[in-house]
Amino acid sequence: MTRGRIRAKLRRSQLYTFACLRPHVNETEGSVQGCPRVIYCNQPHMHKKRPLKYCTNYISTTKYNFFSYFPKALFEQFNRVANIYFLIAALLSVTPLSPFSPVSMLLPLAIVVGVSMAKEALEDWRRFMQDKEVNARKVSVHVGNGVFSYKPWEKIQVGDIVKVEKDQFFPADLLFLSSSYEDGICYVETMNLDGETNLKVKRAMEATSPLNEDEAFKEFTGTVKCENPNPSLYTFVGNIEYDRELYAIDPSQILLRDSKLRNTAHVYGSVIFTGHDSKVMQNATTSPSKRSGIEKKMDKIIFILFAILVLISLISSIGFAVKINYQTPQWWYLKPKETDVYFNPVKPLVPGLAHLVTALILYGYLIPISLYVSIEIVKFLQAIFINQDISMYDDESGIPAQARTSNLNEELGQVDTILSDKTGTLTCNQMDFLKCSVAGTAYGVSPSEVELAAAKQMAIDLEEQNREIANAKHKNSGSEIELETVITSNDGNDFKRRIKGFNFEDSRLMDGNWLKEPNVDTLLLFFRILAICHTAIPELNEETGNLTYEAESPDEAAFLVAAREFGFEFYRRTQSSVFIRERYPPKGQPVEREFKILNLLDFTSKRKRMSVIVRDEDGQILLLCKGADSIIFDRLSKNGRMYEEATTKHLNEYGEAGLRTLALAYKQLDESEYSAWNSEFQKAKSSIGADREATLEHVSDMMEKDLILVGATAVEDKLQKGVPQCIDKLAQAGLKIWVLTGDKMETAINIGFACSLLRQGMKQICITALNSDSVGKAAKEAVKDNILMQITNASQMIKLERDPHAAYALIIEGKTLAYALEDDMKHHFLGLAVECASVICCRVSPKQKALVTRLVKEGTGKTTLAIGDGANDVGMIQEADIGIGISGVEGMQAVMASDFSIAQFRFLERLLVVHGHWCYKRIAQMVIIKDFPT
Amino acid sequence: MPGSDSTAHKSKSRRPKYSQFSQQELPAFKLILTPGYVISTFIVVGLIFVPIGLISLFASETVVEIVDRYDNECIPKDFRDNRVEFIKNKQTNKSCTRTFTVPKQMKSPIFIYYQLENFYQNHRRYVKSRSDKQLQSKKNAAHIRECKPMGETDNKDPIIPCGLIAWSLFNDTYGFSVKGKDLKVNKRDIAWGSDKNYKFGADVFPKNFQVGDVGGKSLNSSIPLSEQEDLIVWMRTAALSTFRKLYGKIEDDLQANDVITVVIENNYNTYDFKGTKSLVLSTTSWIGGKNDFLGVTFITIGGICLFLAITFILLYVIKPR
Repeated sequence: MTRGRIRAKLRRSQLYTFACLRPHVNETEGSVQGCPRVIYCNQPHMHKKRPLKYCTNYISTTKYNFFSYFPKALFEQFNRVANIYFLIAALLSVTPLSPFSPVSMLLPLAIVVGVSMAKEALEDWRRFMQDKEVNARKVSVHVGNGVFSYKPWEKIQVGDIVKVEKDQFFPADLLFLSSSYEDGICYVETMNLDGETNLKVKRAMEATSPLNEDEAFKEFTGTVKCENPNPSLYTFVGNIEYDRELYAIDPSQILLRDSKLRNTAHVYGSVIFTGHDSKVMQNATTSPSKRSGIEKKMDKIIFILFAILVLISLISSIGFAVKINYQTPQWWYLKPKETDVYFNPVKPLVPGLAHLVTALILYGYLIPISLYVSIEIVKFLQAIFINQDISMYDDESGIPAQARTSNLNEELGQVDTILSDKTGTLTCNQMDFLKCSVAGTAYGVSPSEVELAAAKQMAIDLEEQNREIANAKHKNSGSEIELETVITSNDGNDFKRRIKGFNFEDSRLMDGNWLKEPNVDTLLLFFRILAICHTAIPELNEETGNLTYEAESPDEAAFLVAAREFGFEFYRRTQSSVFIRERYPPKGQPVEREFKILNLLDFTSKRKRMSVIVRDEDGQILLLCKGADSIIFDRLSKNGRMYEEATTKHLNEYGEAGLRTLALAYKQLDESEYSAWNSEFQKAKSSIGADREATLEHVSDMMEKDLILVGATAVEDKLQKGVPQCIDKLAQAGLKIWVLTGDKMETAINIGFACSLLRQGMKQICITALNSDSVGKAAKEAVKDNILMQITNASQMIKLERDPHAAYALIIEGKTLAYALEDDMKHHFLGLAVECASVICCRVSPKQKALVTRLVKEGTGKTTLAIGDGANDVGMIQEADIGIGISGVEGMQAVMASDFSIAQFRFLERLLVVHGHWCYKRIAQMVIIKDFPT
Repeated sequence: MPGSDSTAHKSKSRRPKYSQFSQQELPAFKLILTPGYVISTFIVVGLIFVPIGLISLFASETVVEIVDRYDNECIPKDFRDNRVEFIKNKQTNKSCTRTFTVPKQMKSPIFIYYQLENFYQNHRRYVKSRSDKQLQSKKNAAHIRECKPMGETDNKDPIIPCGLIAWSLFNDTYGFSVKGKDLKVNKRDIAWGSDKNYKFGADVFPKNFQVGDVGGKSLNSSIPLSEQEDLIVWMRTAALSTFRKLYGKIEDDLQANDVITVVIENNYNTYDFKGTKSLVLSTTSWIGGKNDFLGVTFITIGGICLFLAITFILLYVIKPR
């Protein structure tokens, strides 16, 4: 362990006051009974035998294997009532009882079944090839004596120590031991798990983080006891015994399979869950075969037809038996005395039965097999039409729409509920700094997406009014107006941003003009807060010389880009300082300034704010704070409320424009005041015990008060093209839209506003769980009761509402959802959700997405459609009646699992409203016409 | 698991080609049923159908048809209570004479039919009991599997022609005379040409036919099946239990009020199964035999159309929408 070596430049523990430096808790020994899984780290040979032999890291997502393909695929095919019927009919037609040749029954059946099976086989082959590629990926594994060598993923065993390098995927669920950073942190991108592209910080245990060299693992051993494999991505229960001491493992020390290592040279980890035990695979749902509503309905019709058929056959065979018994003995030309099975006047029952079978076959044309063949062909052609539709072709990415299964074409016309992912589907996952309000003055003129949409709507309304006034004679003027609006809207869409993350336009601030503004001091402070108060790291792009920022959330990155554009370029971070290059245009030469970071009070969703305490070059101590407006406004000092009124007004405007807002504030500190507080803070930080976090919070709270308001920022979560309009049209068409997202609640609500899912004046019902991490049964019960109460209260409220135009929006968060989805509660939840115009679920795991989808599908019995783009949406795409994948940037899993793929969310409108409608109508007409002859 | 990145790049050419067909923009026409269209369609249909119906009804009226049921009358009075025994008894004299008057002039050719009722030639056991292969060619003589239960004699020799149909061949005969002069009955060309030429072989001769259990008519074993036109007619089984089959043709004209005397050999057993037998003499016109159905149908449909057209016109005039 060469400590003097040059390693990663940062010691991050000072940045993460709450997260790091957690003293190991020894009282967890009691919780071992919940941890039946034992893992001997770095001793994979221990796991060669039962009972410690766990499953291999080989994964297979195929439905069939070589041997099971035939029986399973056949079974799948003959799950259809019609196919079973035709098979029986075909088998009977081979017997001598048949009134006609068996080929006419067998051939169509063979074609129908054969084509479907071939399709299945092809799809499964693709899955197999994908698995093969994944299984063959290489990762560096400890083979003993401190030597690491590359092995394919499938050879990895539980207990192995693996070394994952930058931008590689984790091959299995790992216990994070150490990283190339000295203090054992690493950055992880969990796009495949929750769809978020921002980086997450994981950190190794204090005890093992010094083991950051290959050599160190020569002697390393440890024993992990942990929970059994389960699909929950955000929890982990377990502990590790290392150096005869017991340490608790918390979820942030687990590196999950399929997430990616970023910004970190390498990490070491011990394999805990392999292959299908890993959390991602546990989240995977097997792809079910989907069938369209018409097909299901046809099954029912076929049952009815079959009943009629049996009835007819029964009647005819009874008639046959009666006639044989009473009349045919006199029919000498039939030679009634020479009997056989089919003709026996003495025992009419036997030929009667034989005739029943014959009649079943003979009248079998009542059930139209040709209809099935025709439907298959028509659907295939319809799928071609969908693929060929030029208005669903995305010019930018060059991807046309694709109907991957033709089974569900007509189902598109009957969708009732759309369940949508957010990131990448509704939004581009890109934040743009759009507006700000400093010292009570609003800056920024470029309109947000929502404002554009509203303006357009107004233009349309105006046009309609005009039309009403002008009579039908003036058709020309009407089309002129239309032309105009089209042109303006195109202008809006074609507007090209020069800088990613920055869409700010106001000559008062740009190009150093802010120096001429009256509130120069406040502006300066505002820009400095933007540039200093964050946790991002700058990264120099070697090709272009530009700086990019790796931030925890994309809005932080947007702030930094904005600060850079205003002339405050954050370019370097050391363990204790932030370096800013300030440029004042008259002089031209940038001034480099160093701000010493004394403390960093982290952002948590509970606190909804973050602060830094810095000492500038003049030795002055400043507390810079940014956070949710309501929180900041509560903490302003008396003389810090100068701009409160104006800022609040601006914030409301921004909120209406669908922007994400944060308020910025600061406070000057005396040296003595600070040192008094700091000693208390340090004490709290190093304290041991359960109330440590509460103490820390309390201490931070003491500091973050009597602030002086500086201003507010408004960031736009960039929506994809045409999303609000599309959602609006779909809502007009009577579809319900649910958004299921892995994002924070605030973000989700914001996006809800931006894409016109939520409107001002809608009543929001937020359902949240009591914050309790305790595992006890009683606590769980309490939480559950609480949620149930919230749900029933809300339902009651809706029932009592008199105003018929009142609209409700339900917002529920992942942890709460976990309770709400339990068997005894889900129907209450669904009942409430159905009453609401929009539903937004935040912080949901892929499994929960699938569960919600299933709940909607089964609870309402209506057709559901799930749309998503990432690997985290696969479950829901597979679960819904129709799954749609956005074939965009985030890999192909969603598309692979989907039934249809489109390049942009806005194409959904055409797919549903035009193609769905046509397909449904045409298929329905064809079924009627084809059924008519029978 | 990142997807294949390559698909995003190589795809500039994936833009679907524009054509009116692929974009479903082809000009479409959807008929809207305006009163004008509907009324004029009904009038046109009515005006075409009614005359056609009248013409075919008239044509059917010109056909002269004589039907004479003889199965009861041809049983001697002594046997009226015991018909089956009479018909089965080989000793009884089965000749019987019937006379009837020609109502109108009948131009040649006059077709002679026999009509059976309640005879199920369409019974599955019956209709399948034949061997087309055997009938077609000499070499298939042993092809009697389908012919059960009338495939072979008691000595296991194959019967030619085998099967129930052939076995139950109709065996009444008719002799006609007018004013004491015999009328010649032409029994040639009463079967279908295709049957004679292809389905019944010229080299197939009856063998073991009606040996032992006699069902119907026996065949001259020196005449090939293709010449046995009575058999060929009989083997083309009827679809309903009441049917007529061509017996022969009279190629002389008959005048009105001519009295025809028919000498019938009443051999065929319809008494067992309570069937009837009739003799039918009929001329033809361009619509075939006597058949009012076609004309009546045309007139009815035409009439309904005209009625609807008038109703719609009235509705349109009195109470337009």
